[in-house]
Amino acid sequence: MISAKHITKQFAGRSVLDDISLDFEPGYTNLIIGQSGSGKTVLMKCLVGLLEVDKGEIYYNNRLFSRMNAEERRPLRQELGMLFQGGALFDSMNVTQNVMFPLNMYTRWSRSEKLKRVQFCLDRVNLSHAGLLMPSELSGGMVKRVAIARAIALNPRYLFCDEPNSGLDPQTATLIDNLILEITREYNITTVINTHDMNSVLQIGDRVNFIYQGKLWWQGTKTNIMEPDNAELEQFLFSTELTRRLKK
Amino acid sequence: MTPRDRWEFCNDLVFCTNLARHFFTTMNLFEQTGSYVLLMSRVLRRPNRHSLFFKELVNEIQKVGFDSMGIVAIISVFMGMVVTIQTAYNIDSPLIPLSMVGFTARQSVILEFSPTIISLILAGKVGSSIASEIGTMRVTEQIDALEVMGINSANFLILPKVVAAVLFNPVLIIFSIGLSLLGGYFVALFTSLYTPGDYVTGLRFAFEGFTLFYALIKTVVFAFLITSVSAYQGYKIRGGALEVGRSSTTAVVHSSILIILFNLILTQLLLT
Ligand SMILES: Nc1ncnc2c1ncn2[C@@H]1O[C@H](COP(=O)(O)OP(=O)(O)OP(=O)(O)O)[C@@H](O)[C@H]1O
Ligand SMILES: [Mg+2]
Repeated sequence: MISAKHITKQFAGRSVLDDISLDFEPGYTNLIIGQSGSGKTVLMKCLVGLLEVDKGEIYYNNRLFSRMNAEERRPLRQELGMLFQGGALFDSMNVTQNVMFPLNMYTRWSRSEKLKRVQFCLDRVNLSHAGLLMPSELSGGMVKRVAIARAIALNPRYLFCDEPNSGLDPQTATLIDNLILEITREYNITTVINTHDMNSVLQIGDRVNFIYQGKLWWQGTKTNIMEPDNAELEQFLFSTELTRRLKK
Repeated sequence: MTPRDRWEFCNDLVFCTNLARHFFTTMNLFEQTGSYVLLMSRVLRRPNRHSLFFKELVNEIQKVGFDSMGIVAIISVFMGMVVTIQTAYNIDSPLIPLSMVGFTARQSVILEFSPTIISLILAGKVGSSIASEIGTMRVTEQIDALEVMGINSANFLILPKVVAAVLFNPVLIIFSIGLSLLGGYFVALFTSLYTPGDYVTGLRFAFEGFTLFYALIKTVVFAFLITSVSAYQGYKIRGGALEVGRSSTTAVVHSSILIILFNLILTQLLLT
């Protein structure tokens, strides 16, 4: 479980996150939703330590992450996988090398053991035959799937996904959502997902946290989100024609 | 206010704004130097995985070193030919033996042409490619991806480049010195300015091993400057593709200026 307690983050005096307290449970997909610019990425970067919080604490299973230095964080980072908004594949390496990279860094397995694990992860994301392609030769959806394969290579206990299906067609987006959900259930991972895709929310939103103007505005699940008791959330949800029609 | 007062007032204003500008540029210089030193303190650490480090090192020696040999060879041969032709052209007194051509060529190539000029060329070639490579990794979040995995990205990305250049640039410079002097020999063969015999006598005249040592020290310092300053320019980028282009230009400009500056400092330290 990951707990964020009273997180505050400012950029040049402008408050982006304002006293946010949140728990993320293992085995569930924990969604963070909100408008563009509401601070979802900043929140996720604070959680994984790419940005330091100004105030507040972050705990990983009761280990106080936010006060550790880089060296103390290292063991914890091996349990953590992250899927970046743009994939962030290493473009000097092919797909196999990308997925193998964390294994090279943290395991002392033989080459054949590593290759076996890589193949397993690639099979998992339906890319069994893409091992020799370079990142520049992949489509957007394939990039995301390779990034997922790399993120799960070390069997993480915590998985962070920043807009896993933005810029993808609805079918591929659904595929990726389901993939993340399956992995989460299968390995009891604590999964945190940033999204502003309503379809993802309804499909895999075990826990939904709505961020508005830097504050945690609403918490719920995919089942009770369609009857929000909150004007801002309602406005956010029913801003598209599709969702408005669905509501009727 | 008379026109003259107004004129003086304007002048004062310009003076003050200039002063303020210089002040801020200087502060920025201190700030940049500070963050450069901080970055270097993260770079110059023992790598986590030695086998991976050596793999990267070999890779970088290929990229930084071997791939530069062509351009170094061409420039060196032509430089050697031009230096000897110019020297021979300037010797018109019968009192000065023609073997002086060889001597002058050797001294100027070892002391200045190879270590400094070739390093400047490498600053242009290697510096811009390092800055844009690391800058692209920054804007596409590849550096963040490394950090999330718990890898010291500065050490992982920059150290192999610095070590590769520090190890391999001396080889390049020795190679360049050899080819430059060979260029002078070609001139002797194909013109009647001086004979090959004169030239070789001059090359061997009053040779001091220390000059070679001085050349290599300079090369190593320049190699460190080029790679580390360019990597710093790429690493500190915040923003998009536009910044990447700008940083690779800045990398070349800054490392060239530093080469010129350290050339003076090292010459003063070592040769006086
Ligand atoms: N490094 C930074 N420096 C200054 N301001 C920043 C920085 N990073 C983010 N911000 C600001 O923080 C706010 C939140 O940005 P963030 O990237 O978290 O939005 P988001 O919710 O992820 O949006 P999107 O859905 O478009 O990805 C924005 O207003 C942005 O300008
Ligand atoms: Mg974002």
